[in-house]
Formats: sequence, structure tokens, C-alpha cells
Amino acid sequence: MRRRAVIAGAGSAMLATQAGAAESTRIPADLPDGTQAIAEFADLPGKRRLLRLTGRPPNYASPIDVFTEAVTPNDRFYIRYHLPGVPSDGDMDNWSLSIGGDAVTHPNRLKLSDLLDMPSNEVLAVCQSAGNRRGFIDPHVAGVQWTDGGMGCAVWRGPALRDVLKAAGVTSGALEVWFGGNAEPPGVATPPYRKSLPMDKAMDGDTIVAIAMNNAPLPLLNGYPARLVVPGWAGDYWMKHLTAIEVSQSPLNTVWMREVCRVPSGLFAAERPFPSQAAGTTVPVTGLPVNSVIAEPLDGDEVTRYGFDIKGVAWDRGAGINRVEVSLDGGRTWQDALLDRPLGPYAYRRFILQTGPLHPGPFRLLSRATSLTGDKQPVRFKANPGGYNNNVPHPISVTVT
Amino acid sequence: MNWRQAVAAGVLAVGCAQAVAAPPSPRPGSGEELTGTQCVACHTADYIVMNSVFLTSAQWQAEVSRMRTVFGASMDDSTAAAIAAYLAAHYAVAAAP
Ligand code: HEC
Repeated sequence: MRRRAVIAGAGSAMLATQAGAAESTRIPADLPDGTQAIAEFADLPGKRRLLRLTGRPPNYASPIDVFTEAVTPNDRFYIRYHLPGVPSDGDMDNWSLSIGGDAVTHPNRLKLSDLLDMPSNEVLAVCQSAGNRRGFIDPHVAGVQWTDGGMGCAVWRGPALRDVLKAAGVTSGALEVWFGGNAEPPGVATPPYRKSLPMDKAMDGDTIVAIAMNNAPLPLLNGYPARLVVPGWAGDYWMKHLTAIEVSQSPLNTVWMREVCRVPSGLFAAERPFPSQAAGTTVPVTGLPVNSVIAEPLDGDEVTRYGFDIKGVAWDRGAGINRVEVSLDGGRTWQDALLDRPLGPYAYRRFILQTGPLHPGPFRLLSRATSLTGDKQPVRFKANPGGYNNNVPHPISVTVT
Repeated sequence: MNWRQAVAAGVLAVGCAQAVAAPPSPRPGSGEELTGTQCVACHTADYIVMNSVFLTSAQWQAEVSRMRTVFGASMDDSTAAAIAAYLAAHYAVAAAP
């Protein structure tokens, strides 16, 4: 009941999009030169005006102006693929989901209608790539040069993973759940994209197999017909076009767990660690660090000396947002922003600061969030070779006229 | 057309956008052709241009070897060395002193 009420609230927040809000047309100037040269706003089928970073595999960022709202519309939701295989709607006509592995007693295969018959859960949750904002790291780090649009927040609906696994009979020896999505096209030597979760996160009631996103089928490029939703954890775990689940007694051994999306152990506090995938001096990226973005005004805007609104969203791994502070002077002084009511632990929380009258001139705006567990966005990036978990406040320059 | 064919033909949902903006072609120079054939099977040359210009020649060399050891790109050592030299000449910054 409570969750439904929250979702209804989120829907109305989405409808309340203010008319005349500016759309960003600029490519952020702090991206590497090469990225600025190739990045372009583009439309795709079912998608409107996303910032293309790479065409194949498709990696498209949401423009920052969509984050004035707590729910990201499906046609503005970002796109992230690691490998060039992207299915078409037609390939998914005979979609099914196999459940197996050495830690189930009754392997089975489910159709979409089977998922529809199960009790369904709804979660309003942020899906954010671990590499979100990599492009803003100074000095730059190799990888997809994401702006802060490698993320979005949607209402995901579908059965809880633990209900999907119920009939298969998970045994007590289960260590991880492994996930596979659409197979890759021939000619690509890279191992297919696969990820795994530790049992406690997999069996959390909020971890779901989503078959709807914002009350509509998933857009093809966001994982149609079904994707894993792992609230609070990096988007890299949210397997798109989910086709295979294995419950296993051993850790998944693939480059996608062992070589990619890892950070030095101890650099980021993990509220729910992933011990079976810790190896050597590194651990997998898991929970999202506390973060916030300013979505209005836009970088480079002229704003009025009579005062203006600074708006954006803050989010974290699910602890919840306690405070957002805004600076108008590049971080020298900070004031508390007003927080919108919380829409759920994994959702964006909107903030607004109404400035008073200001003297004309240049201003450097920053936002900084603190979670309910006291985690706060740092001043300096916690440097790591993959460029993950960048949650340093990102400055927005405006001119007061 | 199934999606495997679609991928091969480059006419996916995303293909329409690609028709509008062709992926960047590597800068002219010795090694350009090798790079254009060896480095675009799994992703477009976007991945090279996007990651410029900030890697050092040693970092480019590491990227080429990462493609082979982690992601399964198959090429012999001399091809890899020629590509790394090309990337160093056209997409690298000088190493910090
Ligand atoms: C067998 C497939 C394959 C081949 C061939 C290949 N790559 Fe990659 N490359 C990948 C994958 C997979 C990624 C990660 C893509 C992602 O996560 O978006 C990647 C990423 C990259 C990146 C981003 C940084 C990183 O390490 O993730 C660069 C730069 C790059 N490749 C350069 C090259 C160059 C130069 C060549 C030619 C020597 C090459 N690639 C050939 C598979 C390949």
C-alpha cells in the first residue's frame, strides 16, 4: 500500500513538468576534446534527443535538463551497451527465461505470461552506470566518457527475483545468482556480457525482474522484454534482455566480473559487500555513492539578478537523502536547499534553492548531498583506474545579468 | 531479418542514427589501415577518438594489450605494436615529466 502511494506520487511529479523549461543544447566543456568532437544529440526509434557518445555499441546519455524531475521518461532514458549485439523487437517474440544452475533442484523455463501471473512488485529506483560522470574526471580516465546523464530513475514493475526462483527450489549451497542476456552476434570475440549477485542482494524483495518501466513495456534499448532491477546497485548489474538465470555454488568467472567494474578494496565503503567476488586487491563496484546534480539552470546560462531557482536531484544506494547543500561561489560557502518529499529509498529526491537578488557577474554553482547514514559527496575524486563512482560535485557556470 | 543478420548489416534500430553520423575514421598516417580493420570489430572508432587526447603512448599500449588479454581481440604482436605506435603518434599526449 505504502509503495503504491509512493508510485502514484511519483507519477504526478512526472506530469508536473513545467512548461518552457530549457533543453540543454551544449556538450559539456569538461569532457575530453575527442569526446566533444564526436558527441552529438540524436533521436533513435522510441528515444528523443539523447547525447550520443558512441554509435556501436550504442551509448547515449540523457541530457542534464531531464533531471529536474524525479521520474525520467522512457524516451529520455539513457542507453548503455558494452557489446554491439542489440536485439530487435522481433527477436524477442519467442522470449523465454531459463532458470538453472547447480544450486536449484528443479530447473525450468518461464514465458512472459508466467511472469505476468506472479505477484508483482513496484520499485521506483535509480539505474546509474558505475562509470557515470567518468568524462568529468580530471585527469581523464579511459572508458566511455559519460556525462552525468548515464543514469535515470523509473518505476520498475515485475515479480521479485526470489518469486521467479521459487519453483526451481534454491538449495542451501547457493552462493551467487548468475545472469545472462541476449547472446552476442558472431564475429565478436569478447565473452558475452554476464553478471552475478550475492545471494542476499539477489533474494532482497526489491530485486525484481522488470517487465514494465513507467507503466509501459520496457523500451527495446532499455532491455525489452525483461531486465533485472537491482535497486541501489550500479546499472552494470541490471541485465537487459534477461534470458538466463543460474543459481550457483561457485563465483561467476567472467571478465565482466573479474576484470571490469572493479575498484581497489576499501576505497568505497560497501554496506553490502560481495565477498565471493573479492580478489587480490580489488572488489566489484556495488552500491551507488551518494550523489546529486544541478539540472537547472544549465551550464553557460544567463540568469536574472532578481533571483532564480536552482533545481536538481540527489540519490544514493538506498540509505536515503538527508540534506542537499548548494554553493553559488564554487564551494566557498554553502546553503541548505529545500528537499521535496522522499519517493522511496532508491529514488531521486528533488531539491530546490531559490536565490535572493544577486549582483551581476559570473557564478559557479555546486550541489552536495548527504545521506541519512552521513555519507557526503567528497571534495576530491577517489581516484581508481576504471574511473568508477565519480560523485564529486560538478560545477555549473552561470552569468547573472 | 533476425538480429544477427541485422547486426551484420549494420541496420539495427540504432543503424538509422549511424546512417546520419558515420563513425569517425582514424586519422591518416602509418598504421591507420591496421587500426581501421583491427579496432572496429567490437566497437566503432568512436572508442578511440572519444578517449583522446589524454592518454600517453604507454597508456595506449596498455589499452591495445587490454583489448587482447581481457576482451579477446586477436592479432599478432607486431600488429599490436604497429597499432600502438599509430595511436601514440596521433592520439596521445606527452608523458608527464
Ligand atoms: C574483440 C573485441 C574488441 C576488439 C577487436 C577491440 N576492442 Fe576495444 N573494447 C572492447 C570492449 C568489450 C570494450 C569495453 C566496451 C564498453 O564497456 O563500452 C572496449 C573498450 C575500448 C576502449 C575504452 C577503454 C576501455 O578499456 O574500456 C578503448 C580505448 C578501446 N576499446 C580501444 C581499442 C583499440 C585501440 C582496438 C584495436 C587494437 C580495440 N579496442 C579492439 C572490445 C574490443
